[in-house]
Amino acid sequence: MLAQSGLTDLLRNQTKQLHAQWMAELAAGLRADSRIGATELSEQTGEFLRILSEAAREGVWDGPQSPQLRPVLSFLDEVSRSRAIRGFTPEETATFVFSLKRPVFDHLRRRFEADPKTLADALWTATELIDSLGIHTFKAYQRTREEVINRQRTEMLELSTPVVKLWEGILALPMIGTVDSARAQTVMESLLERIIETGSTIAIIDITGVPTVDTLVAQHLLKTVAAIRLMGAECIISGIRPQIAQTIVQLGITLEGVTTRATLADALALALRRSGQTIAGTRPS
Amino acid sequence: MPPIRTDWVEVRAESDIVHARQLVRRLSSEMGFRLVDQTKLVTAASELARNTVVHGGGGRLSWECIAEEGREGIRLTFHDCGPGIADVQLALKDGWSTGKGLGMGLSGTKRLVNEFEIESRPGRGTRVTITKWK
Repeated sequence: MLAQSGLTDLLRNQTKQLHAQWMAELAAGLRADSRIGATELSEQTGEFLRILSEAAREGVWDGPQSPQLRPVLSFLDEVSRSRAIRGFTPEETATFVFSLKRPVFDHLRRRFEADPKTLADALWTATELIDSLGIHTFKAYQRTREEVINRQRTEMLELSTPVVKLWEGILALPMIGTVDSARAQTVMESLLERIIETGSTIAIIDITGVPTVDTLVAQHLLKTVAAIRLMGAECIISGIRPQIAQTIVQLGITLEGVTTRATLADALALALRRSGQTIAGTRPS
Repeated sequence: MPPIRTDWVEVRAESDIVHARQLVRRLSSEMGFRLVDQTKLVTAASELARNTVVHGGGGRLSWECIAEEGREGIRLTFHDCGPGIADVQLALKDGWSTGKGLGMGLSGTKRLVNEFEIESRPGRGTRVTITKWK
């Protein structure tokens, strides 16, 4: 097919020229504060063209799904990954491949000037290829971003559940933010583990930093309290602010049998009393 | 009287429930609701948003800041195209649940707001409208 051979020929024999034109295209969009230097960009584009021309050498490709394009796609995966991690915008990432269009189109136009039909075919083949590579780049970018978000989510789960030892035998867990099922699970696990580790008999869950206590949050709290009891320890829930108290009552949730206190200080005082400990003030002798 | 402000948001995933809560908190605090009423409305919205995601398979929250008869309020409508509720009266009973929840969501929500309307038919989705006056 003549149209395709035009493209293969360009990729195989005029790589250098194409590279220069492509770099000129990319440099136009390269800002001074860009996250990538001209040298690195030139290396990336050069490597990309090398792999692409090798793929072209393998013979005719029958569309963007051809197996010989696989190395090209995996190279693009790498490029998108590193760009997503370095905080490139979606436009910057997509431009990498799409900016190849103009140099390729220019070349094809010059070559098939006298033959509009072949030119149209060649342009279509090139468009199809570059578009599919562009879309692939974008998908890989998106995937990496999602991975980053997921990782941050897990990191936050860990950050947000610090179990602290308040006193001998007394643990406290200040909960902050949204309590969804995943977080409730993490909280319960880390609290139960620390109870065993420290041999504590009283655990205080402080919900001052939880903005909304709905039935799901209440259910998670009740489950955690039940699990702590099963382990032979006692649980106090503190940080129940007036507006939360009123809301819980109207929702119809009964926290019967659960010891609650308005503040963490009240809960600590109660815990000390229950465990037979006292704090004595220092008196001047 | 037309609403002062109105808009809608998608409620499809767990994270949308958080967004719905934050939206309602912002609206009610901007309108000068008392803290306890803000908390009640936010909690009600949280319950309904979760129902929309868990039971309705996702839907939409339309909100209106309204003023009529010399009072101001917020009206929230949760609408999904899920399986619907076969027996609405039963669903409004305390302690009744199809899922693994406490079964207080719908009935509790009704007590947290001033007006509560539910419209549902099996296979036709569910629409719950709540209004809280300042």
